[in-house]
Amino acid sequence: MRTGVLSRASARVPSFAAPLTASLLVLLFRSALAVAPEVSPAAPGDLPAPTSFTAGDRPGDSGNAKPGAERYVDTTAKDGTVYRYEIRTVSAADTSSAVPAAGGTSAASGTVAAALPAGPPLVSDPVASHDNWFRTEKTNSFIASVLFLVILLASIGAAKSGKKIFIRRIAGLNAVDEAIGRATEIGKKVLYVPGSQSMDEIQTIASIAILGHVARATARYGTDLDVPNKDPLTFASAREAVRGAYLAEGRPDLYREEMVNYVTYDQFAFTAAVSARMIRERPAAIFLVGYFFAESLILAETGQSTGAIQIAGQADPTQLPFFIATCDYTLIGEELYAASAYLSREPALLGSMRAQDIAKAIVILLGITGIIAASLGATWFAGLFKTQ
Amino acid sequence: MPHIPGIETWIAALLTLACMSFLYKDNPFFRFAESLFAGISLGYFIGITLNQTLVPNLILPLHRDFGQNWDLLVPGLLGVLLYMRYVPKIGWISRFALSIYVAYYIGLDFTRRIHGEVLPQLARAIVPLSKFDSHTILYSLIFSVGVFSVLIYFFFSKEQDAVTRRVARLGIWFLMISFGAAFGFTVMGRVALLIGRLNFLILDWIYPMIGLR
Repeated sequence: MRTGVLSRASARVPSFAAPLTASLLVLLFRSALAVAPEVSPAAPGDLPAPTSFTAGDRPGDSGNAKPGAERYVDTTAKDGTVYRYEIRTVSAADTSSAVPAAGGTSAASGTVAAALPAGPPLVSDPVASHDNWFRTEKTNSFIASVLFLVILLASIGAAKSGKKIFIRRIAGLNAVDEAIGRATEIGKKVLYVPGSQSMDEIQTIASIAILGHVARATARYGTDLDVPNKDPLTFASAREAVRGAYLAEGRPDLYREEMVNYVTYDQFAFTAAVSARMIRERPAAIFLVGYFFAESLILAETGQSTGAIQIAGQADPTQLPFFIATCDYTLIGEELYAASAYLSREPALLGSMRAQDIAKAIVILLGITGIIAASLGATWFAGLFKTQ
Repeated sequence: MPHIPGIETWIAALLTLACMSFLYKDNPFFRFAESLFAGISLGYFIGITLNQTLVPNLILPLHRDFGQNWDLLVPGLLGVLLYMRYVPKIGWISRFALSIYVAYYIGLDFTRRIHGEVLPQLARAIVPLSKFDSHTILYSLIFSVGVFSVLIYFFFSKEQDAVTRRVARLGIWFLMISFGAAFGFTVMGRVALLIGRLNFLILDWIYPMIGLR
């Protein structure tokens, strides 16, 4: 058999401006490669010339389309530089060692295959890549994002305008006041660990909102609070939240800077230090709310051994089992976000909870519709939600 | 023939034992190891941040070609603003940097989660239930019921009625079963870590001393 070889010639036409890099897609038509099977390699002069192929910028991509049997994507093409591509027919024996095969029916290479015995070339028109403002492969994400944003803004707007938004009580939240009350009664402190991640993690942001509520309660009751931190930015945010809570409760005299303290950035050094603090100072209530990794079990197990009331909150399913096994109450997944909305009663958070519920209802509706459609043979419906 | 391991092996082994001694109770050896670990890790982190983040991404580009890289001053300035909290009169300025950081990542995460998690999971949840074979009943049906019952459990803005409460309870069962599986899987990984540490103590520290290696 013979196979096509694509080679990039040179930039012969002056380049034109384009801002960002994108890929060039060259379509190799199968007709150019359709030749009769042959046992022995043919001499270059016997090889027929390809009849046609087109080269052009692939619309709506981000420069990472995969080459297929009839396509060659030149990911090395520089944006704005004009290229010509040429395709030749060579025998399979000649290409096996020199050119990577793509799909078995054609071969493609971005390098000039001048050394190969090849038939006469067919040269494309000048072509240049350019970036695309709209990436068509992400249309479904775009529609979903816009839809959710509209729902989100409408819900927040409704909450701000005074519409009452109901959030059901979560079992773990009843325990928050109970745990702080217990700490007050026995005169021991409340330990609050806001996870081990930075403020780019949504769970940490939710945790800081809950910390604000806990700090208001400790300020109200005059209970000592200890907030050790691993991440510097979380540390800064936690300090702001606790200071603000003490001010809001009218007890700035009870606030001390060292309530919110920084330990270290290393995961297990932090874990060792906090675990040791639990054993030494025996807090009456421990909150482990935020994003935790492998330290989750060590911290929760140590806290459990001290006899403290433990309340955890985490949205990562890999660490949740440990909290469920060792803590008195656990805010599972989205309960963490709902808790921050419930406790703070801020319109923005209440509205966003409402928006998330509407989005979940839409997802359930689409899912059930999709299952019915797929059961009836309309598999294209599920394809609407596939992403690249 | 007995062979005394190097000083680094001794330090590592004794610190390992000092950490493990916490399993019995808090003691001075553990306190020493803990303080050493926390202190060294913090110092190391500062060095890493300086050498791998600040110098190559901010200081060197500004030093080499200021005209081309002047825009790096903006994130640099935002970083400096974070320290304004230590100047009480203008401490509020640090909130600007923090709010920009948080807002940037919320925006970034928003589209990333929809594209990378919500839509693919929805696509995966759409499975045909037209056949009544073992795959449909043992996989597709259970999978679909699990996905939607868990989603219903996480409805917060509506009080649960008799029906949704039952469906949500079913969702909790699905969650607990999956958590149980994850728990077992991770515990196996933790046991493997313990075995690795015991291997070090026995093979690299004790065995050479008694001439077994």
